[in-house]
Amino acid sequence: MSEKKYSVEIKDLCVEFKTDAGVVKALNDMELEIEEGKTLGLVGETGAGKTTTGLSILRLIPSPPGVITKGTIKLNGQNIFDISEAEMQKLRGKAVSMIFQDPMTSLNPVITVEEQIAEVIELHEDVNHAGAIQRAKEMLELVGIPGERGPEYPHQFSGGMKQRVVIAIALACSPALLIADEPTTALDVTIQAQVLEMMKGLKEKYKTSMMMITHDLGIVAEICDDVSVVYGGHVIEHGSLEDVFNYTRHPYTEGLFRSLPDLDNRTAKLRPIKGLMPDPTNLPEGCVFYPRCDYAMEICKTVKPKRVYRNETHYVECHLYDEQSVKDGGKIGK
Amino acid sequence: MSENKNTNVADLKQKYKKQSQFKEIFKRLLRNKSATAGAIVVILLLFMAIFADALHDYETQVIKQDIMNRLQSPSAEHWFGTDEMGRDIFARVCYGAKYSLLIGFTGAVTSLVLGIVLGAMAGFYGGKIDNIIMRFMDVLLAIPGTLLAIAIVASLGSSIRNLIIALSISGIPGMSRIVRSSVLTVKDQEYVEAARAIGANDRTIIFKHVLPNGMAPIIVQSTLRVASVILSAAGLSFLGLGVPAPHPEWGALLTNARAYIRDNSYMCLFPGLAIMITILSLNLLGDGLRDALDPKLK
Amino acid sequence: MSEVLLDVKGLKKYFTTKRGLLHAVDDVTFTIEKGKTLGVVGESGCGKSTTGRAILRLLEPTGGQVLFEGEDVAKLNAAQLRAKRKEMQIIFQDPFSSLNPRRTVSQTIEEPLKLHNVYPNEQERTQKVLEIMETVGLAERYVNTYPHELDGGRRQRIGIARALALDPKFIVCDEPVSALDVSIQAQILNLMGEIQEQRGLTYMFITHDLSVVNHFSDDIAVMYLGRLIEKAPSEVLFSNPVHPYTQALLSAIPIPKVGGKKDRILLKGEITSPINPEPICRFANRCQYATDRCRSEEPQLREIESGHFVACFLTE
Repeated sequence: MSEKKYSVEIKDLCVEFKTDAGVVKALNDMELEIEEGKTLGLVGETGAGKTTTGLSILRLIPSPPGVITKGTIKLNGQNIFDISEAEMQKLRGKAVSMIFQDPMTSLNPVITVEEQIAEVIELHEDVNHAGAIQRAKEMLELVGIPGERGPEYPHQFSGGMKQRVVIAIALACSPALLIADEPTTALDVTIQAQVLEMMKGLKEKYKTSMMMITHDLGIVAEICDDVSVVYGGHVIEHGSLEDVFNYTRHPYTEGLFRSLPDLDNRTAKLRPIKGLMPDPTNLPEGCVFYPRCDYAMEICKTVKPKRVYRNETHYVECHLYDEQSVKDGGKIGK
Repeated sequence: MSENKNTNVADLKQKYKKQSQFKEIFKRLLRNKSATAGAIVVILLLFMAIFADALHDYETQVIKQDIMNRLQSPSAEHWFGTDEMGRDIFARVCYGAKYSLLIGFTGAVTSLVLGIVLGAMAGFYGGKIDNIIMRFMDVLLAIPGTLLAIAIVASLGSSIRNLIIALSISGIPGMSRIVRSSVLTVKDQEYVEAARAIGANDRTIIFKHVLPNGMAPIIVQSTLRVASVILSAAGLSFLGLGVPAPHPEWGALLTNARAYIRDNSYMCLFPGLAIMITILSLNLLGDGLRDALDPKLK
Repeated sequence: MSEVLLDVKGLKKYFTTKRGLLHAVDDVTFTIEKGKTLGVVGESGCGKSTTGRAILRLLEPTGGQVLFEGEDVAKLNAAQLRAKRKEMQIIFQDPFSSLNPRRTVSQTIEEPLKLHNVYPNEQERTQKVLEIMETVGLAERYVNTYPHELDGGRRQRIGIARALALDPKFIVCDEPVSALDVSIQAQILNLMGEIQEQRGLTYMFITHDLSVVNHFSDDIAVMYLGRLIEKAPSEVLFSNPVHPYTQALLSAIPIPKVGGKKDRILLKGEITSPINPEPICRFANRCQYATDRCRSEEPQLREIESGHFVACFLTE
């Protein structure tokens, strides 16, 4: 087996938030890896812990309410919990970048677009201001915006173009890892298509690793190589795109697919997952998905399922499976 | 499936208790130590004000003169000492709470009611109505409060009632501004549109949907306004324009004490402290209410 | 043979802005038959939400007619309109801001009943509220809860319950599931479908989510910059989209299947301004098939085959 190089490796990560309502267990033994140059889709619904994971990698979890109680995160082999804040700042924007969901609020309204891109370049690289502005214009061209529009302000751009600017800022220093948190959710579908095409192109050109956080399985199918399905702050199924889409094993993953209207069979009734997301201050004792699972058994209530591998890349955590049955499948409907 | 087709309304109310919104706010307020302290003092003052006549007999304790014992320093018999007429300052200061709080609360409430009417109309209807009302408010604002008070008192005479009138009027512009901006914020919320969609008329919308949800800044402003009115009243009384003698209003007490400040400074100290503590407590309470009512500031 | 419940003719809604007249809805014409669902799709700024609100007169139409069972809603006076509200209702997109935070579940559902004095007897009214709650799947124990105590899915059920309280015939659904998680969306869509079947309701389903609209609607109308550019039964629209914008829109939907993406039509350029638009095809600057005629005249909606309407010179 060849030595794989990983852009990021998360092991046993536990993050909690202390609130008035109780202790919110946002991440529970979270485990995740992204190979260099690959794109991982982090799929889940609201409250699953996807954004918290992204912020943890950047060590941007707000510290009074948020506490990292356990675990390690390695960026290119280095554990980021071992370094100082000053060293971490050097990594942010340079080794790892993040883009957020809402382009309206991600950009500073009183600074021109090229200045905002230049800012990140000047922070990490040894160039003078004029040189940074020049680089900024090149980045704009790269994301499909004419360089002459650099001196304009964010409000002069449409939503889709603002998001491109945000992407330009994130990629300005050619980070090894880009974390994209629902980058196209706020955009119209035709603009979303353009932005996704652009991201695919950039990804290939720069060999950037990417973590695509989304709830949209369509986007995952378009742009991701691997998929991690998150529920209750924990990865319950992981594999390559083909593994998870064509050999779905976990009942929750199956539920996500079944909730989607089928474009080919428009009248088929939707089969939603019953119930609601678990209360993060009061997670179930056994399998986190137990209360909503159509295939639940007695053991699911009290014992957390162990990981079972279907092949080198694909694993699932579910009591339905053992070493053999996970390869055969057939335990769930899909 | 509801087995009981004739569910009693009262039964329902009993079975499923409403989560009291007041309890939530109350709890949040209690967590704020300074606000709680302020609240306790205010309640104490209100108690003193409401039961003033029961606590201190007006004739024998408050205005009774006793020249023999004039200008006595604080002692066991007279906790705050006596003034130039031999009157017990402690009794006078405690009784004075009645005037200050009466004027404060009445003045604030009057401004509040008129402010709500004008501000809600301006904010809700906008356009010309908004313009007319707000420009009128600007005119009122341009007149300094003290000057207005002087004018009213000079023309109508010096009395508690006229004092309240003067101070109420000067508070209307500020209150209507707050109400107006609160209304503007809330009226564009989707649930207001929803109320329209089910057929509610303007009055229902303003009183059932807009105002209840815009109350927070208004409540805070009212609390702070009480403090402001009390201070103004004391100031006016100090100038001789407020509560007439021999009523022991705190500002009037201060005026009295001015001549004796060198040798009998205790005469100024206690009324002054009374004013200060009242204002401080009201402000702390007001700030605490603002934090407690804003759920985002958790 | 279904009868027409809603007949919209030449509906216009313009807004006066500092920079000129904003044509939010421009000469929109369509019909909806009783018991059916018309899906209205388009991207932000296309005017679909404004159309829905103008039909209900939550926004006053600038022009055109809205014939509800033959009667022009746009011409009703205040009292008549109020009475009409019993028959035409709306479900909003945001389950957070569309509910009064100081009203409990039962108070919110009860309000329309009280306003129109439908059940003067409190007992009967409460009974009706409980029935509606059951219909929308809200457990009885939520009668006295406040919106902030509930999740998005339950809040949206309150919104649906409120819309159903007066037993309307027609409901405008303005992106009713867009703010909800995928699994909850499915629950709510199923619920809305069941209610429609039980009560013979007519829906106008406004959304930007094309896979949802395909599943849920009988017919679909596509809007672009205030104009209705294509309308067809759902299967027809998806299998044979004629207008270039519709084609681009459909090809942009990401498909949740491995290897699902075929060639995608990417639109060039930017959307033109809805302020003082020129009387030409508004899509011309982004259309790969645009001709000189497209850049000088405005295409009108024409029926190219039964039930399939398109506004495009390519079809002529």
